[in-house]
Amino acid sequence: MAEEKKRLIKKIQATSQMKKIMADYFYELDRASKEGSPPVAWCTSVGPGELLLSLGFLVYYPENHGAMLGTTRMANNYIPVANAIGYSPDICSYLTSDVGAFIKKETPLSLAYEGINEVPKPDVLVYNTNQCRDVQDWFSWYARELKVPTLGISTYRCIGNVSDYNLESITKQIKDLIPHLETISGNKFDIDKFREVLTRSYECTQLWKKVLETNMAVPAPMSFFDGTIQMGPAVVLRGTETAIEYYTLLLKELEEKVKNTEGAVDGEKFRLYWEGMPIWGKLRNLSEFFIELKTAVVASTYCNSWIFEAFDPEYPFMSLARAYTELFIVRDENFKEKYIEEMVHKYKLDGILFHDAKTCPNNSNNRYGMPERLQKRLNIPTLTINGDLNDLRCFSEEQAKTNIEAFVEQLEVV
Amino acid sequence: MNYFTGIDVGASATKAVIINAEKEVVGYSVNNSGADFRAASDTAFSKAKKNADPKGSENYIIVATGYGRRNIPYVDGIKTEISCHARGSYHFFRNAHTLIDIGGQDSKVIRVDVLGERGSFKMNRKCAAGTGAFLEEIANRLDVKLGQLNRLAEKAQKNIEIGSYCTVFTATEILTKIREGEQVENIVKGIFNSVITRAIEMDPMENNIVMTGGVVAYNPFLVKMFEEKLGKKIFVPPLPQLTGAFGAALFALEGKPTEG
Repeated sequence: MAEEKKRLIKKIQATSQMKKIMADYFYELDRASKEGSPPVAWCTSVGPGELLLSLGFLVYYPENHGAMLGTTRMANNYIPVANAIGYSPDICSYLTSDVGAFIKKETPLSLAYEGINEVPKPDVLVYNTNQCRDVQDWFSWYARELKVPTLGISTYRCIGNVSDYNLESITKQIKDLIPHLETISGNKFDIDKFREVLTRSYECTQLWKKVLETNMAVPAPMSFFDGTIQMGPAVVLRGTETAIEYYTLLLKELEEKVKNTEGAVDGEKFRLYWEGMPIWGKLRNLSEFFIELKTAVVASTYCNSWIFEAFDPEYPFMSLARAYTELFIVRDENFKEKYIEEMVHKYKLDGILFHDAKTCPNNSNNRYGMPERLQKRLNIPTLTINGDLNDLRCFSEEQAKTNIEAFVEQLEVV
Repeated sequence: MNYFTGIDVGASATKAVIINAEKEVVGYSVNNSGADFRAASDTAFSKAKKNADPKGSENYIIVATGYGRRNIPYVDGIKTEISCHARGSYHFFRNAHTLIDIGGQDSKVIRVDVLGERGSFKMNRKCAAGTGAFLEEIANRLDVKLGQLNRLAEKAQKNIEIGSYCTVFTATEILTKIREGEQVENIVKGIFNSVITRAIEMDPMENNIVMTGGVVAYNPFLVKMFEEKLGKKIFVPPLPQLTGAFGAALFALEGKPTEG
């Protein structure tokens, strides 16, 4: 039965190349960490990574590590460790699982990559609070623990239109980081290098967008669950040629699938939107479940969050500020609703699934009546399931599956 | 002749309903689900058959529902309990209504339209508060039998507020009430009120209101309290604990289950 189920998820051939480039990325970080050079910066996933790369840092993303703790289902070993030192089970479970793993001196990297025994040692920790305040608290824990400087950008929240004063403030904050980062890296800031990184990041982001847009085809060639894995290079390698090469390869494969009408879900009957965080420890399980229900989860806010259309090497600072401020998560409810509405039309969706992640309020957009409003306005069914990104104690599999199955039954009669 | 069976393998109880082609109930049973859903289902089905078909000569088309719906190998189809409750309820109430089902492990609010199509639905969150399991826990705490709750609530002299979301916190709240010398009857009525509040919080109570589920079957006073709270009549189908199984039997008859 397990063997039979395994075959339900269709292989994306490019993935083997992704595994290689991700391995190269982590080994390079590990080497730098062991040798003390080049400098290593830890950065939030939608933080100023481009600036750090241009200053010669290798950039490590703790959120990516958090997701690895989730997918390997190791997170629940470590969350209680962080809880025990006063970090509440109600706060970000990336934070609690990552900090707990660090305290226990364990990492999924050591399981995946022989010879890597720990996360790379940082020379600096750089955050952007555009996602949440928890990243600041998360990095501050490491700053205290490792006695490493932490720098950050404090963003606006719940904004409608992005105004000049928003951008001016963020631009200034980005510029203010530079003298500190020059001192820490020992490298002088070079605007041309910064522009080059931005150019590559923009190219990566455009390719990633095209990858996701292949799912406008019916049937969709890739599921949301595949997307959460495929987005790895867009998170950790954007700004590099490697990421551009990878998404060129992936795009070609997916376009071929579209041409051959090869869907990720055989007999695709319904198409859904996933709003909110993935449930990392249940990716395979849920992916298979949706396949059995002949329902394709074809689009999501989450995967789209690594599309940065604003990057413009002509205006590097202002465009970086814009890209990291106009994100979905930073915006108000009106913007978010309009965004999802556009997705519903663009991807020909039959329903919207909201994941209420217990420890991630900023990525749980069901909490202020949005599902009910969208259901009424767009005349499209919505469903909210309760769970969490990493803390599987907050996820009732039976209840979630019954909800999803009943939702699909509902779509059958619409 | 074909008989049509719905088996609802719920978290607490397994229910079987057998109907004939005229949609008349010819047999039914309720037993504990326990730890073996397959065995619970076998028992429920065979008990129901004893009434319906003592000679064992009929052919059965079976649809399973409830948490254990995938554990029964001999069914012709499965359907979620959300759809089955809606289908069963609409059989008795052919109008647009809001259906509140309070089961052993979860409670649901389901919208049914005037044509009987099931619309949106909400289930309680992970917590047991507001479900049958909640009442069981509280009965244990109060050292009374589950079957006594209805009678005790009827005897209450006053309304007391029990406001916690969580079953464990509720138990703590009750300890405080006991310490303060509160009468058990009043506490039980407070608990019923808490179950009602949990349901009201889930979704707006629009159109006619129908209630089903084991909690309703054994605690008619809770329905009366709910009516007072809403200021309108609440409709309860015959054998409310069996509504899901009955709906499954109707799906078996109508040939609309998903694949088994």
